[in-house]
Amino acid sequence: MIDHGDLPCQEFVELVSDYLAGELDPEQLRRFTWHLTVCPPCVYYLEQMRGIVQSTSMMHDTPLAPDTRAHLLAAFHAWKKTAAGPNDHLDI
Amino acid sequence: MWSTEVNERDLIAALRAGDDAAFTLVIEAYHPSLVRVAMLFVQEVAVAEEVAQETWLSVLRGLHLFEGRSTFRTWLFSILANQARRRGQRERRTIAFSALNAVGEPEPSVPSERFLPLGEPWAGWWALPPTDWQVSPEDASLSAELHAEIGQAIAILPAAQRAVITMRDIEGLSTQEVCTLLDISPGNQRVLLHRARSRVRAHLESSRTERKP
Repeated sequence: MIDHGDLPCQEFVELVSDYLAGELDPEQLRRFTWHLTVCPPCVYYLEQMRGIVQSTSMMHDTPLAPDTRAHLLAAFHAWKKTAAGPNDHLDI
Repeated sequence: MWSTEVNERDLIAALRAGDDAAFTLVIEAYHPSLVRVAMLFVQEVAVAEEVAQETWLSVLRGLHLFEGRSTFRTWLFSILANQARRRGQRERRTIAFSALNAVGEPEPSVPSERFLPLGEPWAGWWALPPTDWQVSPEDASLSAELHAEIGQAIAILPAAQRAVITMRDIEGLSTQEVCTLLDISPGNQRVLLHRARSRVRAHLESSRTERKP
């Protein structure tokens, strides 16, 4: 018997981030996973949200611009010559 | 990338010793992220770039004081957030963030018209269900296009949501780090993140349904 009032889709969609973070309490988790077994559109919904979070996490791989790297390394070299610079003077 | 405490201690020691390779490693890992996070507080890329560069100078100046009570990453982003906030205040861009702790009106992840109304036997279940479109990050040829699309969706989010999704999902900062950097409660952070993701999904859904013949 399906108790279709247990967790409607409208409540399901509000729990998705907490589910992905593993932060549902045991009772919410039971209702959430039960819902997935009876509602294909919510399976799509969950997979879309999961895909978005995964794709978004791959957006940060921007390379450092060569002139920025050179500029920052020059600042690092300047810092080495200051009083706050390296605590290890053996190799300079 | 370093991941353990021991590695991080080695990294700090190498930086303090003036090791170019260690410094290159941290700037490659974090500089682009610093610029993106700075952009949440200031208007122009050039200013964000400047703030990120100033952050490295502060890191070097403070390196001998770093005690390892937080991780290097947390320390680095705290310095950035302070400097970026100061710059943002000078540019009078603080209004956007004043609303951070006021989560405000309820904002459903999906408009209520898409569910069956109260009184129906299946009230709250889909009336207009989502279709089976996929987000496929494993397909490299599509990922640039997908990232651009997600980027557009994030760009038009309300400032507070944009800040949280950028820090959490793009930069991979922890809940605790984001709460500290933005000075918000974990509960609000959670709500803002979920709203942001739901809006990004809605954006992708509408472009995917429009494309259908």
